[in-house]
Amino acid sequence: MAFFLEALFGGLMAGMLYSLIALGFVLIFKASGVFNFAQGAMVLFAALAMARFSQWIPGWTGLESKWLVNVLAFALAILVMIALAWVVERFVLGKLVNQEGITLLMATLGIAYFLDGFGQTVFGSDIYKIDVGMPKEPTFVLENLFQGGILISKEDLYAAVVAAVLVALLSLFFQKTSTGRALRAVADDHQAAQSIGIPLKRIWVIVWSVAGFVALVAGVIWGSKVGVQFSLSLIALKALPVVILGGLTSVPGAIIGGLIIGVGEKLSEIYIGPHFGGGIEIWFAYVLALGFLLVRPQGLFGEKIIDRV
Amino acid sequence: MLYRENGQFKVSYRADQQIFPILQDRIGIGVLLLLAFVAIPLFGSEYLMRAVLIPFLILSLAALGLNVLVGYCGQISLGTGAFMAVGAYAAYNFHVRIDGMPLVLSLLLGGVFATIVGVLFGIPSLRIKGLYLAVATLAAQFFVDWAFLRIKWFTNNSSSGSVGVGGLQAFGLPIETPVQKYLFCLVFVVIFGIIAKNLVRGHIGREWMAIRDMDVAAAVIGIRPVYAKLTAFAVSSFIVGVAGALWGFVHLSSWEAAAFNIDRSFQLLFMVIIGGLGSIMGSFFGAAFIVMVPLVLDNLPAWFGVPIDTALASHLTFMIFGSLIVFFLIVEPHGLARLWSIGKEKLRLWPFPH
Repeated sequence: MAFFLEALFGGLMAGMLYSLIALGFVLIFKASGVFNFAQGAMVLFAALAMARFSQWIPGWTGLESKWLVNVLAFALAILVMIALAWVVERFVLGKLVNQEGITLLMATLGIAYFLDGFGQTVFGSDIYKIDVGMPKEPTFVLENLFQGGILISKEDLYAAVVAAVLVALLSLFFQKTSTGRALRAVADDHQAAQSIGIPLKRIWVIVWSVAGFVALVAGVIWGSKVGVQFSLSLIALKALPVVILGGLTSVPGAIIGGLIIGVGEKLSEIYIGPHFGGGIEIWFAYVLALGFLLVRPQGLFGEKIIDRV
Repeated sequence: MLYRENGQFKVSYRADQQIFPILQDRIGIGVLLLLAFVAIPLFGSEYLMRAVLIPFLILSLAALGLNVLVGYCGQISLGTGAFMAVGAYAAYNFHVRIDGMPLVLSLLLGGVFATIVGVLFGIPSLRIKGLYLAVATLAAQFFVDWAFLRIKWFTNNSSSGSVGVGGLQAFGLPIETPVQKYLFCLVFVVIFGIIAKNLVRGHIGREWMAIRDMDVAAAVIGIRPVYAKLTAFAVSSFIVGVAGALWGFVHLSSWEAAAFNIDRSFQLLFMVIIGGLGSIMGSFFGAAFIVMVPLVLDNLPAWFGVPIDTALASHLTFMIFGSLIVFFLIVEPHGLARLWSIGKEKLRLWPFPH
C-alpha cells in the first residue's frame, strides 16, 4: 500500500509538471486557435535564458547575493519571452491571419526549429544548471500510518505548489481582469472581438507572453530538476496527450489531464510495464488519451464540437 | 507562345480524360522521364545518386502517400514515420525469415502490413477530428517506435537492435551500385505516381476530397465516411510502407528504429505542406525542397570559404530551416505546387498581357 501511494504521489507530482506545459498550449490555443508546437522549444529557450543569465549577471554587475541574481535573471528571461512573443506576432502570426489550423501548426513547428537553433547559438548548447534553491533531499511523510512512511521528493512538492499557485493566478487573471475578459472574447470569436474594439494584435502578444511566462516557470522547474539541455524541448511531446485528454480549450482540463496522465504513466510503468519489457511510458500516455478521445472526441472538458453543414 | 492549347481538340472521351490533356505537358513529362531513366544514370555522379536522388525519390514516394491522407482526405497524420517503420520491418522479416523471397514481393508485403497498421490507427479518425486526430496519430508513432526497439522478435533478435540487408536483387538483376538502386527506386516512384494520380482523379479520390472539404455534408449526399476515410488511410499507409521499406533496404541498408522517429514524420508533413496539399506534383516539389535545403546549408560555408564550427553550423541550419518554413507558409500557404500552376497560367498567355 505504501509503495502504491508513493507511486501515486510521484505520478501526481509529475502530472503537475505536465500540466504546467499543457497550460501553455491551452492558453495559446484558446486565444488564437493556434496549436503551438513550439511550446517545448519555448520551455527550452526560456530555461536556457534563465540559466545563462544567472551565470552571467554576477560577471556583469558584480552582485554576490544568489537570491538577487536569480530574481534579476528571472526578470530578464521574462523580458526575453515578451520580446519573443512580440516577434512571433509581428513576423509570423500577424502574417498568417485566417489561414487554416494545419498551416498555423506548421508555422509553429518552424518557430520551434528556429528557437532550438537560436537558443543554442546564443546561449550555448552544453548542459546548464539552474539553482533556485530548491531542496534536493527527499522527505518521509505519514510515518505513523505506514511502516517507514512514504518517500516524497521535496523538490517535486515545491514544484507542485508553484504549479498550483500559477494555475490559480492564471484563472484569476482570465476570470477577473479586463484583459482576461478580452482574451476570452478573442478566443470565442476573433471578428466579433475585433468589431467591439479589442485590439487583436495586442491580445496575441499578451497571450504569447503569458505562454512564454508559463514556459519559463516550467523551464525553471524542470531545469532545476534535470538540468537545462536540449532534451527539455522534447518534454512538450509528453504534454500533448495531456492537452487532448483535458480538451484543447480548457484550463482545468489541462490540470486534470496532467494529473491523470502523470498517475497513469507511473502506475502503468510499475504494474504493467514489466510484462511488456518496460519503457512503455513513452506511448502509454498517448494510448490512454486515444482511448479517452474515442469516448469523448473533444477531450474531458473541451467544448462540444458541433458539426454544421 | 510555346505553351498553349489552341487547336488541340478533344474528340473522344478518352482524350478528354487523359492525365495530361495538353500536348506540351505530355512532351514535357516524356522528356523528364527520358532524362530520369537515361541521362541521369549515364552522366550522374555517384554522390548525386547516393546523397540526393535516392533519398529524394524515396521521400517523395512517402510524401505522395501522406498527401493522399492529408492533402486529399484531410486527415492530419503525425505518425507517418511509424507506417514507414512498419513497412521496413515487415519487409525485413519477410526477407530474412522466408528463404528465396523475391525482393519486390517482400517490399510490397511490407506495404500490406503498413496498410493493416494504418487502418487500425485510422479507426479513431471516424470519431476524432482535426488537431485532436493529429495528436492521436502520435500514439501510432510512439507505440511503433517502442515496439521495434523493445520487441526483439521484430528485429530478428539482433543484439544491437539494428537490422541490415545485403546482396539485394530483383528479377535476377543485382541492386548494388548507386545507379542500380536509383533506377530501382525510380521504377517504384513512377508506378506509384501513376497509380496515385489515377486514384485521386477517380471516384474514390472525389470521395476523399468531399470528406476533406466537409465531412458532414459529404455524408449527407451519400458518401460513406467510414469507407472513404479508411480507404484513404489504407492507400496512404500502403504507399508510405513501401517507401519505408525502400528507405530501409535501398537507401540505408542497415537501420534501427530511430531512422523512422517523429522527426521523420514532421519532415514528411513539411514536404507535403511546402509542396502543396492535395497535389501529386506538390509531393515531389516538397521532397526536393526538404532534401536539398539541408544539403545546401551544410555546404554553404565551405563554398564561400567561411570556416564554421560544426555545432554552430548545425544550429544555424536549424534556424535557417525554421525560418524558411515560416517564410514559405507566409508567402505561399498553398505550397510550391500553387506557384507551379500560377507559372503555367502565366506561360499560357505569355508574351501577351491578356
